[in-house]
Amino acid sequence: MVNKLISLGRATLDKFAAMGRATYMLFGALIAVPQPIKNTPLFIRQVYVVGVQSLLIVSVSGLFIGMVMALQSYTVLTDYGAEDSLGPMVALSLLRELGPVVTALLFAGRAGSALTAEIGLMKATEQLSSLEMMAIDPLRRVIAPRFWAGFVSMPMLALIFSAVGIIGGKLVGVDWLGVDEGSYWSVMRSSVEFSEDVVNGFIKSLVFALVVTWIAVFNGYDCVPTSEGISAATTRTVVNSSLAVLGLDFILTALMFGL
Amino acid sequence: MLTRKIELLVGVFVAIAIAAGLMLSLYVANQGISGDQETYQLKAKFDNIGGLKVRSAVKVGGVIVGRVADIRLDDKNFTPVVTLDISTQYRDLPETSSVAILTSGLLGEQYIGLQPGFSFEGIDVLEDGDFIEDTKSALVLEDLIGQFLFSKSKE
Repeated sequence: MVNKLISLGRATLDKFAAMGRATYMLFGALIAVPQPIKNTPLFIRQVYVVGVQSLLIVSVSGLFIGMVMALQSYTVLTDYGAEDSLGPMVALSLLRELGPVVTALLFAGRAGSALTAEIGLMKATEQLSSLEMMAIDPLRRVIAPRFWAGFVSMPMLALIFSAVGIIGGKLVGVDWLGVDEGSYWSVMRSSVEFSEDVVNGFIKSLVFALVVTWIAVFNGYDCVPTSEGISAATTRTVVNSSLAVLGLDFILTALMFGL
Repeated sequence: MLTRKIELLVGVFVAIAIAAGLMLSLYVANQGISGDQETYQLKAKFDNIGGLKVRSAVKVGGVIVGRVADIRLDDKNFTPVVTLDISTQYRDLPETSSVAILTSGLLGEQYIGLQPGFSFEGIDVLEDGDFIEDTKSALVLEDLIGQFLFSKSKE
């Protein structure tokens, strides 16, 4: 009994210690005098790795999710003679929920795991210690550009996801199923509110970007420097960030669209 | 050489993202009456507002000219008072205008239909804060069925 309590206490303390290390790492990486000339090339390289290379999977998934949503909602909407509502149906679900959430999940799988593995291997092969030996702060040289790149890229990917999804919905709804093109766009425009839907979706994707990238770089930086440690850290990144995204999404939705 | 290629691809990526953002804000979202535009307020008392909500549309002949700003109960005679934000573009509504709560389609949402009245000598224009006197309440299905049954039973 006492042993159980001890192990529970130890697990709790470990969790809190990890959160503290994560916060410490984030502030260590972000609070610095900006050095644009030195850091911009590093940042751009990471935007390429994290953002540009995720573009294909994000836009293809966006296209297919938009198409499937148009196809599925058409069958239900047509029962009520409300095919005209296909546009807002597709646009609102993409902008409010699916765009930020699915992009964040894909991003965690595609870019987050890669970040963790890369940083973890750097740690295992003692590259991070070598940087410190050369008086280069690995937090600023390795962590900061990766964090900023993820934080900037993911909202852009979410925007692209939603836009491509709406086009996919139009391909299926208008070009294949024969919903009137004019009403697809105009009914969509009359029910999508810029300040309400587009901006709130964007805020969501900013929050998810922060959480996913933070979890990814921290798990890499904090991993046990062995091959098993790296694989466990990569798994943890994907699992934790997916759970965090889904949980946060509920809270954000309740705050933004609730009542 | 490699850096140039990477910079180019990142530039393309950012350009696509900006294009997507522009498409979402200009083509998908409405730029119509969304609170940023200048509006003036009119009020109307109804017996029953049905399913009318804040931000429901106010239409003249199907064209959206404003939105419902506020719905509250008059604390003296307990009738709902609806405040309408009307775009200042449509300034000269005569005071003989009437409003009715209508439903778009069979299952659609409810909106306010504004019917501009005739304006001739001696009829003033509605100013900010004025009440529209002539109102028609929402159709409540249960009331209709009740009236129908009542008139049937009398026969």
